[in-house]
Amino acid sequence: MKRIKNLIEKCKELAFDLNFKRAKEWKAKENNRILVGHMPVYFPREIVHAANGMTVGIYGVGDRKQIIKGDAYYQSYICRIPRGIIELALDKHFDGIDGFIFPAICDVIRNLSGMFQILEKGKFVSYFDLPQNFQPEIGGTFYKSEIEHVLEAIKKINKAEVTTEALNNSIELYNINRRLIKNIYDKREKFPWRLTAEEVYYLVRAGLVIPVEEHNEILEAVSDFIREEIGEPMDKIKILVSGSFCEQPPVGLIKTIENAGCYIVEDDFMLGSRWIQGDIDADTDDPLNALVEAYLTQSTFSSSVYDIDNPKEARLIELAKQRNVDGIIFASPSFCDPALLDIPIYEKACDDINLRYISIQYAENTGQFKNIKEQVGAFSDSIKLWGEEVTAD
Amino acid sequence: MSSATKQRAEVNKERSMILQKEMAGKLFKDLSTAKETGKKVVYTFVPGNLSELIHAFDLIPVYPEINALQSGMRKKSGDYIREAEKYGHSEDVCTYVKCDIGMMLKGNIGPTGEKIPDPDLLLLSYTGCFTFLKWFESLEDLYPNVEIAMLHTPYQKDGEITGEMTQYMVKQLKEEVIPKMEKVSGIKYDEDKLKGILENSVKTENLIVDIFDTPKNVPSPIDAYFAGVYYIGPINIGFRGTPEAVNYYQELYKEILERAEKGLGPVTPEGEIEEERFRLVVEGPPNWTSFREFWKLFYDLGAVIVASTYTKVGGVYDMGFRHDPNRPLESLAEYCMNCYTNLNLPQRIDLLEKCITEYHADGFLVNSIKSCNSFSAGQLLMMRTLEEKLEIPVGFIESDLVDPRYFSYANIKNRLESFFQMLEQRKLIIE
Repeated sequence: MKRIKNLIEKCKELAFDLNFKRAKEWKAKENNRILVGHMPVYFPREIVHAANGMTVGIYGVGDRKQIIKGDAYYQSYICRIPRGIIELALDKHFDGIDGFIFPAICDVIRNLSGMFQILEKGKFVSYFDLPQNFQPEIGGTFYKSEIEHVLEAIKKINKAEVTTEALNNSIELYNINRRLIKNIYDKREKFPWRLTAEEVYYLVRAGLVIPVEEHNEILEAVSDFIREEIGEPMDKIKILVSGSFCEQPPVGLIKTIENAGCYIVEDDFMLGSRWIQGDIDADTDDPLNALVEAYLTQSTFSSSVYDIDNPKEARLIELAKQRNVDGIIFASPSFCDPALLDIPIYEKACDDINLRYISIQYAENTGQFKNIKEQVGAFSDSIKLWGEEVTAD
Repeated sequence: MSSATKQRAEVNKERSMILQKEMAGKLFKDLSTAKETGKKVVYTFVPGNLSELIHAFDLIPVYPEINALQSGMRKKSGDYIREAEKYGHSEDVCTYVKCDIGMMLKGNIGPTGEKIPDPDLLLLSYTGCFTFLKWFESLEDLYPNVEIAMLHTPYQKDGEITGEMTQYMVKQLKEEVIPKMEKVSGIKYDEDKLKGILENSVKTENLIVDIFDTPKNVPSPIDAYFAGVYYIGPINIGFRGTPEAVNYYQELYKEILERAEKGLGPVTPEGEIEEERFRLVVEGPPNWTSFREFWKLFYDLGAVIVASTYTKVGGVYDMGFRHDPNRPLESLAEYCMNCYTNLNLPQRIDLLEKCITEYHADGFLVNSIKSCNSFSAGQLLMMRTLEEKLEIPVGFIESDLVDPRYFSYANIKNRLESFFQMLEQRKLIIE
């Protein structure tokens, strides 16, 4: 028990280490190792790993750093996450990180890539244009060229020749990583009292800033630990949280939701770590193609993707049913066009099957949760009191 | 009457203005009778619009953001936005989207008072604005069985268009967009017809470049922002590639050249500007709900906009791009990737620098729009970079596209007056 508590405490420290100490230590141990920072939501980290690199998830500063300079770079009506990232860049927290990847999600993150170019941060800055076309010959070919573009940028720095064997190995390590995370979520679906959502958050977020091999060890230890009964079930409803895939909710918000009568058994925090559903072929002559294929056919749904033939509202409802949740909390960052513009579509889909939901907005540095606690508490009570009226199938 | 404008009993309508009105009138007439005539309707967006392809299939375009800005100018957008917010949309999100959705929820009545027909095709060529993608997801929700064609335009992340980017788009055009257009219109793709249309586009684009180059004259014969948004009207509502557009721009250019030869300044709603006191380059879209009041704040003090980035959202032609009838699909792809908000920030800065330098601007002004992150995110750094590089006075104001709640007249007036004072002082020092 003590070991697990220590592990979680370690993950908590790592998750919010804004100096990325562990990653920099890893890099310092060998010449030609490189660090590549990436923003949310999804980036195929396998390719960096195979090129003798390590990815560093840059997911904002939360409530851990006061923003002073960052506010001078953004108007009041733009979300919080880029302010913190610029603040970190200007305060030299990213020194030692060789390149930066800005995956396609919204105009703010896209333009942040241009700001990094102007400020000359890192040895390369790359907007990662995830295709919205899912045909192998069209979107697949383009996606492969995007991956190759990143590999070329890395090669210019460390001269890494990425072999098939290395890529297969990296793919397998991340397969294990996703499997272990999924196992923890699956276990929590049935026994959410064995780990809190806050603890799971630290566990998964830490994985963004440490070597995947180390993260897998931690996840394995935790998976073993929650195999057996611990803790006491409480009279709470099970819910899914949606909308927090980019700017992260403050930990206080996660705690508040769970303290107000809910178990969060599904969420989209750090969605990129769980983006690919299932394993990617790790025993292939063409591992880049395996990564491409996985993106085209095994991606989860997200507000950053418009898959015309596979509507996200249907997939959200399917996920809610799989996880057997009592309701959904749409928790979106203020001024987040992708998340907020999806809400009416999602709400309509929930209404169609009489699945309960509420919507709340936050910023990564929100510090007051009284109103949210009351709102979530009322939501939880209403489901507990009148839950039999709900038909989620 | 302002001090800087010459009084006129009535502003005479130039022939180009009459032509433009006739063109817009015909478009809306075609739309209102589409069901009777059997013509199919395609909803699409201004940046990266595939006008030539739309004409090649005899489709009629509807531009939701044009509807939104017209609703703003007709003072209807406030109600529409509230309607969308009642429907569940957050106060925080793009007001073009909300205005459009509100308008549809209220019956989709267009500027002529007639209902805009439902779409037969949603053509999502999302260029330079991620929110377009979300917008069409919302439209799909309102029109659940409509055909959708997606054209993903890669971003010019490294300030260039690569072969992979062009090929990606051409493949999408061939295998996704054109088949959907054939299906909806019942017309086979005819490349020769497209080439003929593209020839008109080239003529139009040459004229547009010439027109927006006339501010090299002192005084500038045009205001490249407030009047500029009218000048780009025909190409932004689907007329690029038509003989009507060529005719309109020829007429407009002729009128502007006449003004330049006579040494006249721009025409405003209250007459022509008598004295050009400040020459500005403006970044960002205008406010539509108080467009006239906004413009008046400038012309009252003799401020003329000699170049604006907003007039380049539907295409950047002054860096050399032209549609190419010999490479029809490739050039459509390159056009999409060349729209202003699809340029990366260093490219945008370079373009602004060119405008400031070539048009001898006294100052650079950002109108930062709450609704438009595509424009707004990064503007403060762009402004600072230009200020340091060119040692030019910079100004910053904030408003919104079509949400009247975000147009603070007094605040903007105050900031502009301070900015103009700064320009005045600088002129005195330089002289």
